[in-house]
Amino acid sequence: MAKLHVTTTINGEPTEFLCEPHHTMLDVLRDNLGLTGSKEGCGSGDCGACSITLDDRLVCSCLMLAAEAEGHEIKTIEGMAEGDKLHPLQQKFLEMAALQCGICTPGVLVAADALLKKNPNPSETEVRYWLAGNLCRCTGYDKIVRAVLETAAEMRGAAE
Amino acid sequence: MTEIQYVAPSTLDEAIGAYAAASGAARILAGGTDLLVQMRSGMVKPGLIVDIKKIDELNAIEELPDGGFRIGAAVSGAVLEEHPKFGKVWPGVLEGLNLIGSTQVQGRASAGGNLCNGSPAADSVPALVAAGAIATVKGPNGTRELPVEKVPAGPGKTTLAPGEILVSFTFPARPKGSSDAYLRMIPRTEMDIAVVGCGVSLTMDGDTCTAARVSLGAVAPTVLLVEDAAKALIGSKLDDAALEKAAAACSAACNPINDKRGTIAYRTKVAGVLLKRTTAIAADRAKGG
Repeated sequence: MAKLHVTTTINGEPTEFLCEPHHTMLDVLRDNLGLTGSKEGCGSGDCGACSITLDDRLVCSCLMLAAEAEGHEIKTIEGMAEGDKLHPLQQKFLEMAALQCGICTPGVLVAADALLKKNPNPSETEVRYWLAGNLCRCTGYDKIVRAVLETAAEMRGAAE
Repeated sequence: MTEIQYVAPSTLDEAIGAYAAASGAARILAGGTDLLVQMRSGMVKPGLIVDIKKIDELNAIEELPDGGFRIGAAVSGAVLEEHPKFGKVWPGVLEGLNLIGSTQVQGRASAGGNLCNGSPAADSVPALVAAGAIATVKGPNGTRELPVEKVPAGPGKTTLAPGEILVSFTFPARPKGSSDAYLRMIPRTEMDIAVVGCGVSLTMDGDTCTAARVSLGAVAPTVLLVEDAAKALIGSKLDDAALEKAAAACSAACNPINDKRGTIAYRTKVAGVLLKRTTAIAADRAKGG
């Protein structure tokens, strides 16, 4: 069976890979490209642990065929920090203990980053609705929501 | 998984050719939020996946010269939400589409996929039906147009002929004083399947309702257009008597299942309750509220 050759951009780097037609973007990120930050929770779009952006739009990488990446731009949790410098959301999640086991964290961070790019000043309700597709089984959502709100406030302050 | 192929044609004719040639073994990939889940669970094993997202007309949002809109079948809810005007004219259609799944799912899920998936509980479909949207379908034998309510044929089934692809939805121009709304009942606040869904589209002249379309989801094998409920609203001032009559028409139209989300009696009762609530929202919007 012929594999598909896909040319894409991942975290700003031009990237090529070969995949089977039924492989998901999550399969290829983790198994072919060694980008294991995106986690496989449910595999059916319910848990959000595999969240990435496709042309800056938040999607579940388990609900996307790898072949669909052709000509598009993918960003994953691996592209969030700049070198050794953590993204403000990552830093705040550490400071405020907004994670425990960490399986949901990459997806939560990618989703929260997408929210703050779209809306730098979200209300608590907006944060909760936006993150409704990111399930956490150990921390609970309160610390996550507070960390996102606090980061948003700091980033707005820094931008002024 | 064996011998599966993937194509992403750039024209509709190529897509129809490939889809029709596979005679039933192919599946259309729009947002993929249903198809990939079905493939993973083994429910479907397509021989060919036809990705329609590289075809311009399936991704277009067009404002028509008469004031109507044409929306490509593969446009995602998140993209439609960013359109400067569509959501102001058809807020109910947008809220139906953007109640589907999570933010992540809304980044991909399309109205065309939601309709062709054939779920009786699909959230965008009642709103499309209430809006009077027309589906444009193209296949090996040419193009045809049909009202959205004629597309579903039962759970998981549509009236599309073999090889036909849903291309776009056309929304009529709206008279002044028109708006719409979609509400659903779910046991939690987010991320669940409708127990009952209700779409209402209205035109108001002052306090009088001059035109109405009412639809229900999740209470029958297909989404329903409830003409008797619309008749009860038209010509009224949406007073209690008219709303009671319309609610009773909605309950009478129900032919639901019993499941873990709701019993037959519950769904039937809630259909009438939702009609009243949805009508109130649509009327408020129509009056510029």
